[in-house]
Order: sequence, then C-alpha cells, then structure tokens
Amino acid sequence: MPPVNPALRREVISIYKELLNLGKDYPQGFDYFRPRLHRAFMANAHLTDEDAIRKGIARADFVRKEIEALYYLKRYRTLRKRYDGA
Amino acid sequence: MSALRILVPVKRVIDYAVKPRVNKAQTGVETNVKHSMNPFDELSVEESVRIREKKSAPGGVEDICVISAGPPKAQDILRTAMAMGADRAIHVETKEGEDLEPLSVAKLLKAAVEQQKSNLVILGKQSIDDDANQTGQMLAGLLGWPQATQASKVTFEKEGDKVTVTREVDGGSETVRAKLPMVITTDLRLNEPRYASLPNIMKAKKKPLEKKQLGDFGITADRRLKIVKVTEPPPRQGGGKVDDVDGLISKLKELGAL
Repeated sequence: MPPVNPALRREVISIYKELLNLGKDYPQGFDYFRPRLHRAFMANAHLTDEDAIRKGIARADFVRKEIEALYYLKRYRTLRKRYDGA
Repeated sequence: MSALRILVPVKRVIDYAVKPRVNKAQTGVETNVKHSMNPFDELSVEESVRIREKKSAPGGVEDICVISAGPPKAQDILRTAMAMGADRAIHVETKEGEDLEPLSVAKLLKAAVEQQKSNLVILGKQSIDDDANQTGQMLAGLLGWPQATQASKVTFEKEGDKVTVTREVDGGSETVRAKLPMVITTDLRLNEPRYASLPNIMKAKKKPLEKKQLGDFGITADRRLKIVKVTEPPPRQGGGKVDDVDGLISKLKELGAL
C-alpha cells in the first residue's frame, strides 16, 4: 500500500476537528452529530487516490459551510419572529 | 481621516435557543443553563471586523476592543469575540447574580471610551435577556455623540470622518449621516456573523484580556429599580372546534360577538 500524502492527512484531520467543534451546537445535540460524522469519515477511510481524497475534503468543507448557514438561519429566524413580529 | 478605534461592548446572556424558566422564589430566571454571546452583539463584533477586512473606513482600523461587564464566565464570550477577530478584550468583573442596569453600563462604557480613546462604539441594539434597548442611546447622550440606532447598513464617506447609516424603522428604512466620533447600534439585518474557526479560537487564547473592577471606572452596582416579582406569561387558552355553521353561529352568540 502506498504511503498517504501527509499534507492531505493533516487537512482531513483538521476539517474533521473543525466539524466536531461545529457539532457541539447541533440542534439535535452533539451525541446525535458525532457518530454520524464519524461514520461519514470512516466510509471514506479506504480512499488512497489523492484526487478522490481532495474531493472528499471539498465535500467536508461544503458540509461545514452548510452547517454554519443552518445555524445562522435558525438564529436569524427565531430572532425575527421574536422581535419583528413577523 | 483619523484611524478608527472601535469599542464593542458585548454581553453574556442565556442562549437564544433556551427557554428561560422563572425560579421558585420568583425573583428572576434560572441561570444554570447554556449561555452565549448576545446575538445582537455578535452582529456588532462582525461589523467591526468587516470594516477592517473590507477596508471600508478610509483611515483604516487601528484597534477593535471588546468589553464586557459580568461574572467570570463572561470571559468565554470575550474569547469568542476575539476568535471572531477583535484584537483585545476588557473584562469588568462583577459578582455572580449582580446585574448592572443600562444606566450603569452606559456610565461604565463612557469611562471606558475615554480611557481607550475610542472614536466609534458599535453595540447591539438590545440584549435578549433584559430587552431594555437603552444602553446605546444613554451612552450617546452621556458622551454627547451622534447616534445611529438599529443600523442595517454602515458606509464610510471618503472624507470628513462622515459615516452614513441606514436604520431600520417602522415600515421602512431611514438614512442618516453623522460625523465621528459616534455610537452605532446594530439590528438583525446588518450582516451574517461568522462562526469562529478552530485555529482562530486557539489564536484568541493568546490575545490580551485585561481584568478590571467596577471601581476602576468609578462605577458602583447600585440599582435604581427593584425587581418585585417575575412570573411566566399565562399559558395560551386552547381553541375549540365547531361542527358546522350553526354551531359556529350559536358559539359566537354565546360569546356575545353577534
């Protein structure tokens, strides 16, 4: 088995940690979020092709942005309902 | 144009997603729940960081200082603000359960503005726990500075230290222009606050955090108002169903609506 590119490995770990940190505020709780995140990463653990790994990282980054947007919208909508009387 | 020294007051409040419960003694709400930064203050932190990043102020941004008065845990909020991009923080320590009134906070901020030589104060229009919506206005009054409250857009003019602010008012928006120094309070649509990334959270741990006491600003925590009683709003009365039009009419007659 060829050695994994260490730079990519670091990137994967850092995006994983970033997502874990985001998950602490997940509406259904961290206990819901964490196993699912782990599963999603483990499902791609066998990847060795660099391009495929890069694609996976890009997807993880997309998910990160989506979760951030979700948090923002949830808060924005709650506050709007409370303060704008809408 | 002078460089901006922005002061951003923040408050640690019960998280917006938590439903506050009145305590047994009816003197306040249970505080043993999740806390976070007041959402309107997040908007003001984000706005000051954006002014720096987008270089929208002609004189540049020299300093972004966040300040919070509260119990020791308020430091977490200050760290979050620094992770979002503020340069440094001041924590004014108060005892657990010792709340400051808007007027005391405004006096405290006035002293802080003078100490820090700030020329722009961006603060949330209100906190989601007291909902007083007073601090910004009082601060502007005490300082004798122009104020633009409920801002939904902030733009800087090329010359003359002038700032144009679009405000949210009933049924529309209002555009005002004022000269620095000034006070701006933020409204919900000003921007979308960022989520602090892990590396920035780590970096924020090394940023300077100054600890001060109320006395350093010549303030005491005296209260002018006394909380007599705190109660929950009455539960909503459920509606009833009627079978047909006749049922509806008789029901309405019964209630005296017809």
